[in-house]
Amino acid sequence: MRKYFGRKIFVYALTFFAAVTINWMIPRFMPGDPVQSRLARASLSNPEASQAMRDYYNSVFGLDMPVWQQYLNFWGSLFKGDLGVSIWLFPTPVTEVIMDAVPYSLGLLLPAILLSWVIGNKFGAYAARSKWLDNTVLPVGYVLTATPYMWLALLLAWSLGIVGGFFPSSGAYSFALRPEFSWVFVSSLLEHWFLPFLSLFLVSLGGWAIGMRNMIIYELESEYANYLQALGAPRRLIRRYAFRNAMLPQLTGLAVQLGTVVAGALLTEIVFSYPGLGFLILQAIQNQDFFLLQGVFLFIVAGVLIANFIIDIVYVLVDPRTRIQMQGGAK
Amino acid sequence: MSLKVSDLRVYYRTLRGDVRALDGPAFTLADGEIMGLAGESGSGKSTLGKSLIRLDGRMKYVGGAVELDGDEVPVWDDRKMNDFRYKRISLIPQYAMSAMNPTRKIGRMTAELLESRGVRFREVREELNRRIELVGLDVDVLDRYPIELSGGMKQRVVMVLSTLLNPSLLIADEVTSALDVSTQRAVAETLVEFRDRRFVKSMIVVTHDISLVYQIADSIMVMYAGRLAEKAPARTIIEAPRHPYTKMLISALPEVGVKYAEKRLTGIPGSPPGLLDPPKGCRFRARCPLASEECEEQPPFVEVERDHYVACWKAE
Amino acid sequence: MTAAQPLPDPATSPDAPVPALPEAPKREALYFALRNPKLLIGLGIVLAFLVTGILGPFFLSPDPNARIAPPGLPPSGEYWFGTTQFGQDIFTQFVYGIRATFLVGILGGVVAAVIGMAIGFVAGYKGGWVDEILNMITNVVLVLPTLAVLFILVAYMDSRGVMMQSFFIGLTSWPWAARAIRSQALSLSSRDFVDLARLSGVRTWKIIVRDIAPNMSSYLFMTLILLFGGAVLAAAGLDFVGLGPTDGTSLGLMMHQAVKWGALQLGVWWWFVPPGLGITAIVGSLYVMNVGLDEVFNPRLREM
Repeated sequence: MRKYFGRKIFVYALTFFAAVTINWMIPRFMPGDPVQSRLARASLSNPEASQAMRDYYNSVFGLDMPVWQQYLNFWGSLFKGDLGVSIWLFPTPVTEVIMDAVPYSLGLLLPAILLSWVIGNKFGAYAARSKWLDNTVLPVGYVLTATPYMWLALLLAWSLGIVGGFFPSSGAYSFALRPEFSWVFVSSLLEHWFLPFLSLFLVSLGGWAIGMRNMIIYELESEYANYLQALGAPRRLIRRYAFRNAMLPQLTGLAVQLGTVVAGALLTEIVFSYPGLGFLILQAIQNQDFFLLQGVFLFIVAGVLIANFIIDIVYVLVDPRTRIQMQGGAK
Repeated sequence: MSLKVSDLRVYYRTLRGDVRALDGPAFTLADGEIMGLAGESGSGKSTLGKSLIRLDGRMKYVGGAVELDGDEVPVWDDRKMNDFRYKRISLIPQYAMSAMNPTRKIGRMTAELLESRGVRFREVREELNRRIELVGLDVDVLDRYPIELSGGMKQRVVMVLSTLLNPSLLIADEVTSALDVSTQRAVAETLVEFRDRRFVKSMIVVTHDISLVYQIADSIMVMYAGRLAEKAPARTIIEAPRHPYTKMLISALPEVGVKYAEKRLTGIPGSPPGLLDPPKGCRFRARCPLASEECEEQPPFVEVERDHYVACWKAE
Repeated sequence: MTAAQPLPDPATSPDAPVPALPEAPKREALYFALRNPKLLIGLGIVLAFLVTGILGPFFLSPDPNARIAPPGLPPSGEYWFGTTQFGQDIFTQFVYGIRATFLVGILGGVVAAVIGMAIGFVAGYKGGWVDEILNMITNVVLVLPTLAVLFILVAYMDSRGVMMQSFFIGLTSWPWAARAIRSQALSLSSRDFVDLARLSGVRTWKIIVRDIAPNMSSYLFMTLILLFGGAVLAAAGLDFVGLGPTDGTSLGLMMHQAVKWGALQLGVWWWFVPPGLGITAIVGSLYVMNVGLDEVFNPRLREM
């Protein structure tokens, strides 16, 4: 047990380390000193921000210090939760800007990921049942999978939002409202949430359906399935086993796909001006707010790593084989 | 008479046409008989074994009939076959080591399988425990996952599982090929014991290992290129074979008890004919030292003495 | 992993045992290829786009961003896909965009395939601590959210070209391919003919190039197709947030412009529908083609 999780945690720690290092290195070693040039531009567009920027810049990137010292300082301020000050929303600290956006992103991502996984798996399992279903689910699945996230978002925003007028297509809640715990506000929140959610959900759905369909076909050809068929077990029982066993690689697939879905969420938020992390990225890029951009990046990496670890734990809980091997009970 | 197979034809569908893997064997199996079914790979022995319980997707029933205890067995109808499967005809597969669902406890899988076949698990539970202990396992294997058992243990569990409903006919498909020599013997002896205790009425043991099957079988049937070559009591096959192919097969055995590898027999020049478009007449003709003109006609599978059947013009 | 979704390859299910693909004889493969509707339809659509992307620009204005028409015209006989708010011809942009899409897909796909193959082959063939280390690296890059890394990488570049973009995409999208190739190479490296080569003292890279790679060429080709699709989607994502090539145009950039200049609110649907449709059609056809190829090369999946 300790060895299994020890290994996983080591990889995640290594990944986080790599991400932080990339984050530190890129602005530092890019040709043409992009930080300086961006600072210069930023101070033109937002003069009051420039002093704060320079302070942070000097403490983290301080060029008079040796490189290793700069690197350690970067980690030091990271552990203090100091990611600098946002230029776009000066003088709000980056951490605060991000914290305001995280709930919106999570609110989109969690339901979209979980529901598309569950429902996609069900569709895929049905598809493996008959030629006819297979020939419908498969092409639809591939088209959905090949759809760029932002394009489906645009289509939905335009058709159901602007032309149809069924749902609002921009923002997280009506401009006329202030955040509060009231029926009006919550319903406005849900209305605005629906289209971005639907878009993210649909694109992810196809991939899971295809994955499950292929895994089920693989499982139905396995030897235990053959044996059960030879003993006259009904298709229902065999399919139940196949479905359950196919869920395990799909769970691993979920971990692998997380990064992609998160990226999809970022793009979807941009289309709907939904104030999550993706929207922040767009603002950061447009406002040359590189501290914000880097902060968002670190948050996304950390989030993906934590989610990966949760999936690892769930996997151990549902797969008896891993559990038994970990207890050393295998012969 | 337990099993009667007449002129059973099962072909494999391929791109270039039908491969006549099983081309009309006819034989009977007596109550309580353990028959070894031997032959090279591609002789049709596995196809025969499979045909009696479940045709796989590429296999096509072409003709012939199978009768078990007086009832017609609808081998061509996958759905109707379910009435026979497990309850009257059962199988110990070649892949016994991986025949159990890896994510279910063995006992639970067994219960679900039995219930799905309309058998109350509670009613057979005691018998199951008894038989698990009979094959030298502890009853608590039922609370384990397959991965927790060794290969030999899994093999024994599957043997018990397959025969739990006391089928009339058991097909054991290469059950010993994945095991080491001492386990092979134990498995073979267990098969005999199952027959002696009337867990199964009769048995077809498909194998490429004549020397092993000789120790347990009452009779041995030899197949060649989709057809029957010879069937006789085990001792007769080993000591007085009549078909030239059987003779070569036996003389190629290093000595009884030593396993020979499943590959082309070194002692017999040539190879079996392709079954896509097999030559007319006796299919062993091209490799047979005794072949003559009359062999251009297929010899019938006839009883040359009591319980000894041969398909060869030269066997008299 | 880039924007490629779970596909019919073992990559998305790394724990599932991967059977070494039995390679069908060439003639037989061709026979099935010519009778596989998925392969033929997919290939047909991809080729149609490819030809459009290669030849189209020769018949159109040399500058896709030139303002040559009245602004905001809906599709018509003269302007097939209509015009933008700046009077650019959307069809011209679309055709140039297809060209850029194929360029990114091929370059990004090849870079990722080269890295993935190098790491996958060496890890699978060498085993031992080499495998351990390469596996570790693969896992690290695998869990990093690719697009987010690309945002950071690309955001700091002052001038961006298609080449640079493809290179970065390739650099971040290889891990799943490396994993899949590794498990295939692993099963091949225990075969007799590889043992024989090893025993007779043939050099590692030579064994990989001569004995292992040709035996999984169909698998490698399918991997390349998936990487191509992934690169196209990743590039579209980058372009869409405004980190696309600073010169020329691309399908992603068209969507970026459309959103930036309020095509949604103005109802100029012909601005953002064609580029997305183009990407979906190209990538979707590639995926469907891949399923067809899988059926051709993998006899188990054929319908008899």
